Amino acid sequence: MKFSDQLEARFADMLTHYPIKRSVLVPFLLYVQDELGCLTDEAIREIAGRLEITPLEVRNVISYYSMLRTKPAGKYNVQVCTNISCLLRGGEEILEHAKKKLGVAQNHGITPDGMFSVEEVECIGACSWAPAMQVNYDFHENLTPEKVDEIIEAYRDKASK
Amino acid sequence: MAYLVSHPDEVKIISRRFGMGATDIDRYLELDGYKAVQKALQIGPEAIINEMKASNLRGRGGAGFPAGMKWSFVPKESAKPKYVLCNGDESEPGTCKDRLIFEHDPHAVIEGVMIAAIAINSHKGYIYIRGEYRYLLEIMQRAIADAYAKGFLGKNIFGSGYDLDIYWHGGAGAYEVGEESALMESLEGKRGVPRIKPPFPAVVGLWGGPTVINNAETLATVPHIMLMGGQKYAEIGTPRNGGTRLFCLSGHVAKPGVYELPMGYNLKQMIYEVGGGIANGNKLKAVVPGGSSVPVLKAGEIDVAMDFDAMMKAGTMLGSGGVVVLDDQTCIVKFALRTMQFYQHESCGWCIPCREGTDWLRKTLRRFHAGGGVAKDIDNMQYLAENMLGRTFCPLGDAAAMPTIGFITKFRNEFEDHLEGRPCPYEKAGAEHAVPVEAH
Repeated sequence: MKFSDQLEARFADMLTHYPIKRSVLVPFLLYVQDELGCLTDEAIREIAGRLEITPLEVRNVISYYSMLRTKPAGKYNVQVCTNISCLLRGGEEILEHAKKKLGVAQNHGITPDGMFSVEEVECIGACSWAPAMQVNYDFHENLTPEKVDEIIEAYRDKASK
Repeated sequence: MAYLVSHPDEVKIISRRFGMGATDIDRYLELDGYKAVQKALQIGPEAIINEMKASNLRGRGGAGFPAGMKWSFVPKESAKPKYVLCNGDESEPGTCKDRLIFEHDPHAVIEGVMIAAIAINSHKGYIYIRGEYRYLLEIMQRAIADAYAKGFLGKNIFGSGYDLDIYWHGGAGAYEVGEESALMESLEGKRGVPRIKPPFPAVVGLWGGPTVINNAETLATVPHIMLMGGQKYAEIGTPRNGGTRLFCLSGHVAKPGVYELPMGYNLKQMIYEVGGGIANGNKLKAVVPGGSSVPVLKAGEIDVAMDFDAMMKAGTMLGSGGVVVLDDQTCIVKFALRTMQFYQHESCGWCIPCREGTDWLRKTLRRFHAGGGVAKDIDNMQYLAENMLGRTFCPLGDAAAMPTIGFITKFRNEFEDHLEGRPCPYEKAGAEHAVPVEAH
């Protein structure tokens, strides 16, 4: 299996910076996930082979890190923080609002068109600008339900262009 | 993008270059960049460590261990390569300071890593940044590339004959990886399960080599200490607590934000003057003064100096600099529950007191908050938390137990108010009671 040229180049470069191959595993898994949407069986076998470890060892690592997933999320993964600083400033209401707005009932649920998923996450380091969420890697802070609507609409527009 | 605030009481050392475009290496050079590392090369390891010891700089990750002393523990001779690791896995709830450093002054972190490397005669450093901070990782990747392009990193840096390489490393979502030995496991491509100590990282660390690992804020402070002198830096703070630190004000304050204040700054003043007091005209109930892992202070207990020793004396910890403010409309039981939900989620499950303890506490608190608690639960929770303390493999178990004990001992009345199926007095419209009561 081959990844994109850009990712292949990154992988080749990453390997040169560590005394053992396996060290690239955690950051590389995240880059692969960004490209494929999730860590597929095929990708896991491929990475294990390249790093000379077993697929089981790769899975053990995946299951530990909360950002890594073996099932797809939406194209835009809406991750709402409800940890203490966000809780105090309405993080739970933001989470409920995002779920309702997108019609997603379950945590990690995906909209039928695959466009959005919603996830409750732990502290994302936006405490002084709470409540906050990330859509994929983008931070959105000092949220209100109205702001959440605007943000979601903006991503919808972006996707349709 | 994180927002900048300011207050006249601030002493800007670490935040000196915030908002000044210092991510650009030329701009950084104009603002005294890469001068400190050249000075470090001239004065050599012993003098660097002496300056660091004189500065009384204590670890900004939370434990507060003196940085100069940590560096001095690394053996001079080593058969294996030595390493410097920057811990940018910021994830203690209430803490958002390293984000600002990476966003506004990434070269200060690189320079700090370089100086630490020279101090212990290491030729390789890694800057670990949590996975969620992708945009900051990209800023750092560019900053490192720019430093190489200028010849500041690589072979024969600044014509000194010294070789030094630095590389970035990204995480993928794990609070526990902020623990130093867990971070090394993560960098070795494994689950972030902590290692048994001793041996300490200074002796056996990354890939078995002696390793210095410091928080990003600690390392970003180092170049400033080199330039201003350890003694002068120490004078800014209180005895044994040198300098300034970034305090992250969050929760129910009128002006939340990250402020750089001298060590020993009064907590009450921090909340009422710097933070503008309690938002929405409410009254203060409590403060979690150092990130979610530390015991809570009641409103009447906040006339204290924010340094490691004074906070210890006050029965809590200075921790990570995350000051979380709770107003009188906050339910402590609910707050305790959300805190425990976090630790339960983040516990790696390696050792039983933490894995089982956090799960039992979360379940009990959840049942309790939903109105299904019995009087005995309160003592049981305290007993459970007390028995986790000091009995877990790594500090995550302590971090879960300490705040719980604080909440129960200081706000026992609020727990009692939830007994006998009484609805939470703070809950609007009783929404929480739709949560099914979990069985034992």
